[in-house]
Amino acid sequence: MSAIYSIIDLLLPFEWTEFAYMKNALLAILLITPLFGLVGVMIVNNKMSFFSDALGHSALTGIAIGVLMGIDNYLISMMGFSLLFALCISAVMNSETSSSDTIIGVFSSTGLALGIVLLSASGGFAKYSGYLIGDILTVQPEEIRMLALILVAVVLLWGFFFNKLMLVSMNTDLAASKGIRIRMVEKFFVILVAVIVTVSIKWVGVLIINSLLVLPAAAARNLAKSMRSYHFIAIGISVFSGVSGLIISYYAGTAAGGTIVLVAAVIFFLTYFLNQVRAKA
Amino acid sequence: MDTCKCSTQIRNLTVKKHDGVILHNVSLDVHHGEILALIGRNGAGKTTLLKALLGRIPYTGSVIFSNAQGETIAKPRIGYVPQNLVFDRSTPVTVGDMLCANMSGFPVWLGHKKEETEKAVRLLAKVGGRPSLLKKRIGTLSGGELQRVLLVFALEPKPDLLLLDEPVSAVDRKGIEAFYDLVTSMRSEHQMPIILVSHDLNHVEKYATRAALLDGTIVVSGSVNEVMRTPEVRETFGLKLTGGMKR
Repeated sequence: MSAIYSIIDLLLPFEWTEFAYMKNALLAILLITPLFGLVGVMIVNNKMSFFSDALGHSALTGIAIGVLMGIDNYLISMMGFSLLFALCISAVMNSETSSSDTIIGVFSSTGLALGIVLLSASGGFAKYSGYLIGDILTVQPEEIRMLALILVAVVLLWGFFFNKLMLVSMNTDLAASKGIRIRMVEKFFVILVAVIVTVSIKWVGVLIINSLLVLPAAAARNLAKSMRSYHFIAIGISVFSGVSGLIISYYAGTAAGGTIVLVAAVIFFLTYFLNQVRAKA
Repeated sequence: MDTCKCSTQIRNLTVKKHDGVILHNVSLDVHHGEILALIGRNGAGKTTLLKALLGRIPYTGSVIFSNAQGETIAKPRIGYVPQNLVFDRSTPVTVGDMLCANMSGFPVWLGHKKEETEKAVRLLAKVGGRPSLLKKRIGTLSGGELQRVLLVFALEPKPDLLLLDEPVSAVDRKGIEAFYDLVTSMRSEHQMPIILVSHDLNHVEKYATRAALLDGTIVVSGSVNEVMRTPEVRETFGLKLTGGMKR
C-alpha cells in the first residue's frame, strides 16, 4: 500500500491527498466507480433501477439480522439477506402475477421498514444511521484490496457473460431461440448486482447507492452510439463524478457520497439536454 | 416411428393458460427441405405454437427434433424471425453488436473482431442489407431493415429448424422477393426445415411446399395445393367455393 501512497503523493501533490484517509478514499473510488459504471449499464438497459434500489434498502434488514444474531461482520448477514431478497424478487417477477414495479416497491419498503424496526428495537437506530448515507472516508486498506479483487472478478464475468446478457435484455424469445438459458442469465445478473450493492453499501449508503449505479449509465445512454461507447462513456462519467465529487467534498466540507451523486446528476442533465438538442438538429 | 426425413415431430401438443386451452392435441410433422406454411385466422394459436417450439411456454405432449441423418437432437438450434420484435427502441445496441454477440463469445462491449464484422457484412449482403447497417442502432432501423437483420441473426449458426412468423409484414416488395429467395435457397441448399406463419395465401402458394390450417388444433394438413382446395381453408379465408379471392 505504501508504494501506492507514494505514487499518489507524486502524481497528486495537493492538500487533499495529504491525509491517508483521503488516499484510501481516492483508491476506493477509483475501484468502485468503474464497477458501478459497468454494472449500471445493464441495470439501466434492463430497466431495473427500482430493483437495485430495493436491494440497497434491503441491506438495512441484513444489518439488523446481523445485529440480532450477534455477527460482528455485517457483510455476511447483509450478503445472505440481499441474495435471498434478490432471488425472491426475481422469482415473483417471473411468475407474472402482478406488475413488476409494484412488486419491487413492496419488497423495497418492506426491506427498509423491517430494517428500521429491528434496528430501533435492539437499542436505538442512531447507531446505524451512518449506513443511510455511508462514508467513503472510513475505507480501510484491506477493504481496498477486497474491492480490487471484486473489480477484477466482475470485469472477467462481464467478459464471459456479457453477450448472453445483452441478447436476453433485448428480447427473451430471440435469446431462447439461440439456446441461451434465460432464467440462469437473469439470476446471474441479479446476484451480481446484489453482491456489488451489499459490498459497497457501507461507504456509499442505502439512500444514494442507487443513484451512483443508475446516473452514470443513464447519462451515457443519452450519448452512446453502440454498446462499446455506452460502456466506456458510463465508466468515464462514473469515475469522473467519483473523483471530482470527492475533491469537492473535501474543500466544501460536505458528505462525499452526496457530492459525488450531485456531480453525476449535473452530468446527466447536461447529456440529456445535449441529446435533446441533437435530436432536434 | 416412421422412417421419414422428419425434422420436427409434434405429437399431441397442448397448451393451457389460466383462461383456457389455446392449443389442443396438435400433431404435425415438418420434414427436412420443406417449407411448411402454418395458416389460420387471428387467434388460432399460430404464434403460441412457435413459442412452444422455442420452449418459451409450457406444454404437454412431445416435440422431437432430428437432424438430416435421422439422429435425435436434444437441444436443437432454432432460427426465429418474430412477427414484431418487441424491444426497447432507445437501446444503444447496434446491428453489429447484435450480430457479433450471436456469432461469438467475444464481449461486444470491447468491440467487434474483424472477422466477425466481415462475416456479418457477407451475411447481410445475402439478404440485400448494406454494410452501413452494422453501425446503426437497432431501434433506428426501418421495418424492412430490421427484418433482414433478424433473418441474418436467425440463420447464423445454421439452425436445425427455421421459424418465420409473418416475416413479410413490414418488408417492401423488393425485400419480400429477396427474403423468399434466400429462404428458398436455404431449403434447397441446406435441406433446412422451415415453418412459415403467413396470412398471405399468395405467398403460401408460391413458396411453401406444404401447408397446415391451424385453429386450436390442426384442421387440415398436406401439400399446398390440396390444403388450399379444402372447404375449411376456403371458409377461413373467405374464398368463394367456386374459386378466386374475395377482395
